Amino acid sequence: MVTIPVEIQLLFAALLFLMGLIGLLVRRNVIFILMSIEIMFNSAGMVFVIAGSYWAQVDGQVMFIFMLTVTAAEVSVGLALILQMFHHFKTLDADKLSNLKDTN
Amino acid sequence: MNTIFYIAAAVALISTGLAITGRNAIHALLFLIVSLLAISIIFYILGAPFIAALEIIIYAGAVMVLFIFVIMMLNVGMERETENRWLRPRMWIVPVILSFILLIDFIMMMKGMPHHAISGRIIPPKQVGISLFSTYLLGAEIAGMLLLAGIVGAYHLGRQKKKVIHRFLQNEDDEINNTIQ
Amino acid sequence: MTILLALIPIMPLLGFLILACCGSRMSKQMIAFTGAVSVGISVLITLITGLAFLVTPPAGNVVVVNLWQWFSTGGLALSIVFRLDALSLVFIFVITFIGFLIHVYSIDFMAGDEGYARFFAYMNLFVGSMLILVLADNLLLLYLGWEGVGLCSYLLIGFWYREPVNGYAARKAFIITRIGDTAMIIGIFLLFVHFHTLDIQLLMQQASSEWGNGSPLATWAALLLLGGALGKSAQLPLQTWLPDAMAGPSPVSALIHAATMVTAGVYLIARTHVLFELAPAIQTAVAAIGALTLLLAGFSALAQHDLKRVLAYSTISQIGYMFLALGVGAWSAGIFHFMVHAFFKALLFLAGGAVIFALNEEHDIFKMGGLRKKLPVIFWTFLIGSSSLAALPLITAGFYSKDQILWFAWSAGNGNPWLWAAGLLGAFITSMYTFRLVFLVFFGDMVTMPEHHPGRLMLIPMIILAFFSLIAGFIELPESMGHVQWFSKLLDPVLPAVNTAHGRIPESFFQLVAGTISLSGIYLAYRFYLKQPYLTSSFNESRISKFLYKGWGFDRVYDLLFVNPLVWFAVRNKNDFIDLFTSALARAAFYGNYLLSITQNGRIRWYVMAFVIGIVFMLTIFINL
Repeated sequence: MVTIPVEIQLLFAALLFLMGLIGLLVRRNVIFILMSIEIMFNSAGMVFVIAGSYWAQVDGQVMFIFMLTVTAAEVSVGLALILQMFHHFKTLDADKLSNLKDTN
Repeated sequence: MNTIFYIAAAVALISTGLAITGRNAIHALLFLIVSLLAISIIFYILGAPFIAALEIIIYAGAVMVLFIFVIMMLNVGMERETENRWLRPRMWIVPVILSFILLIDFIMMMKGMPHHAISGRIIPPKQVGISLFSTYLLGAEIAGMLLLAGIVGAYHLGRQKKKVIHRFLQNEDDEINNTIQ
Repeated sequence: MTILLALIPIMPLLGFLILACCGSRMSKQMIAFTGAVSVGISVLITLITGLAFLVTPPAGNVVVVNLWQWFSTGGLALSIVFRLDALSLVFIFVITFIGFLIHVYSIDFMAGDEGYARFFAYMNLFVGSMLILVLADNLLLLYLGWEGVGLCSYLLIGFWYREPVNGYAARKAFIITRIGDTAMIIGIFLLFVHFHTLDIQLLMQQASSEWGNGSPLATWAALLLLGGALGKSAQLPLQTWLPDAMAGPSPVSALIHAATMVTAGVYLIARTHVLFELAPAIQTAVAAIGALTLLLAGFSALAQHDLKRVLAYSTISQIGYMFLALGVGAWSAGIFHFMVHAFFKALLFLAGGAVIFALNEEHDIFKMGGLRKKLPVIFWTFLIGSSSLAALPLITAGFYSKDQILWFAWSAGNGNPWLWAAGLLGAFITSMYTFRLVFLVFFGDMVTMPEHHPGRLMLIPMIILAFFSLIAGFIELPESMGHVQWFSKLLDPVLPAVNTAHGRIPESFFQLVAGTISLSGIYLAYRFYLKQPYLTSSFNESRISKFLYKGWGFDRVYDLLFVNPLVWFAVRNKNDFIDLFTSALARAAFYGNYLLSITQNGRIRWYVMAFVIGIVFMLTIFINL
């Protein structure tokens, strides 16, 4: 039997989420930003599974499957956009995408 | 079982940390794959074998591979200098502080929870399947449509128009290719 | 009768409204019709009411029309009340009649101008305001008309606004008359504070019963009202605006600066004569100012080159005569001279305008000459007007009115031999500069050929005015020549009769002297300017001529004393410190905008950071709640 307190598990998921958040804020390369978003998705899904295991219900796992679907769709579209961006700007710098700025 | 959990958790944390601080994109992605493997072990310990399998198949096997394909296609993996220039230590200060604050928030939230231990009962895939196609049938169909939308969007957004340029205009080829379409 | 009286000022105001609102959409004929007919209807009504007034005099010799209550606040209740008595009857007759003739004249004169509707609108507004001024029964309504004519004077002097010079002239006129207006409103305040009413008749009754002869309050009130009169009538020391006001069109000069607006001061003093009688020092000051002004302006007119400026200085000088008359207590004589002067001065301005029009905007009299053969009608009307101005004996109206003033300057209770001598010298100078003008413009060799000939609409008003310049004097003949006293009898109920101290010298002696003086002035002008012009060529270049040309240097003195310090201060205060407060507010807003727009730099990571900070805030707050 597994006797890990649920707070530790949630803490673990939170740590993973925060690491993904730090990566999102710090990195400038678009690929790394997407990767950090993936980490955050994953940790959010992990919280679902933890909850499902806590209440001994199946719904947590089903939620994780849906979340996985969303992640897959999002990654494919996001990478297509990165391809377009690379072909236009010839760089993967996220700071170059600033055409919507206030021009003052 | 508990120790396996803690070891896997430590591996996951360390490899995620290396992934987000990595200079080389391919290496960072490989670290991330390691992290995903560790997480799938944790899922297994928690009694969700189906999810553990799915995590490896889809997440580590499809999504990450897609990432690696794109990086290889764009051929940008080997630029260490740019990454070094962009990632100075002082960039990390503010995000770390903010995350630390969030962490403290989270811990304080958890203090108010009742203490139960995890049960760890294994939930077989059969149950997941039954629930998926009976209770959550609508969600499954919608997920399918979402994937369809993802396919169409990815195809359309990734398309590039090939320009056919007459050979007399070949010198201006570069300028035209450089303009925004 | 009463409603007709109210229509007299309302018709021109109605004409103004119509022209102001729809003038740009009306055809030229419609505009001319509206402008002239509105004043024409006023003339008709004036003649009708005047005849009714004369034939069957109403009770008390006065008609009062109370239209509506204007306001009633703070202890002051005022109504729009029009009062027709003999004095205002004379004035409205002059205003509407001469106004109508000038409107007809300007149908042709201003025909080529693009601001045709604007011109007639302003002229109608002017006539309406002036009528309100003379018909007003309380001081505030009078002040309303006063300000109205001041406004129209500004608008009409600067009518051709595209030339900056005209704008400066209009501004100068407005500012100088404003100084007078301020004195006048303080005088009105003074009267109100003491008597709590602004009704003129009530004021006069209470003043004569409460204030004794020579009381300081009466002196102050009269002095302040005199200040207002000085501004509007262009007397010393506020006379500098009138020569520059000739920048406006000739009909404007004829109507406003010859016949009507500049005589508003005369009307004011005549209306409030009780106050002036209670303050003999001020009344003497009126006479002295009149005498000084007529001399000063007369000498200045001798040295002018511009046709209209000669006439402007002449106007200042003749109004000096009216002030002289009022100052010695010859009230009706002053009004008589006003009426006669209105006729011949308007005629002179219209004829002068016709000459300028014919010579294609040539104003310099030294570039004119020999025009009497080419422009005969203008010549004869101008000659009649000049004779009346120079008081040619026996046949012109000007002789009778000016002679009456000179006689009363000697013989009236407040009369003084010095005043008579000043008036006599003024008469000499008047005839000299007038006929200098006539000889230089119409006799001698032709320098500029006339190109346009004035049409009938311009000539007929001039002929009518010439007719009146001759016969208008016959309603008031002196004792030795028939002793006709229609005019003074008319004004008897309103203005007190002059108290003459009958001296040893009979009046006919004075008439002889006056007649001789005017004839000798004409002869000297003939000698100097026609027969032997080389005698005056040195005068024309001399320093004294330049001094007189500049109006005795008043402009320079005022510039040094008032204008330059004010301009210096205004230049110093260009970024004035009060502005700093308001502009600081604007700059703070701009700075805030700059700060906020930095946060909109289009970078994803900035925005994500903003999200995260917001999430941190909200979570912290919600957890701790």
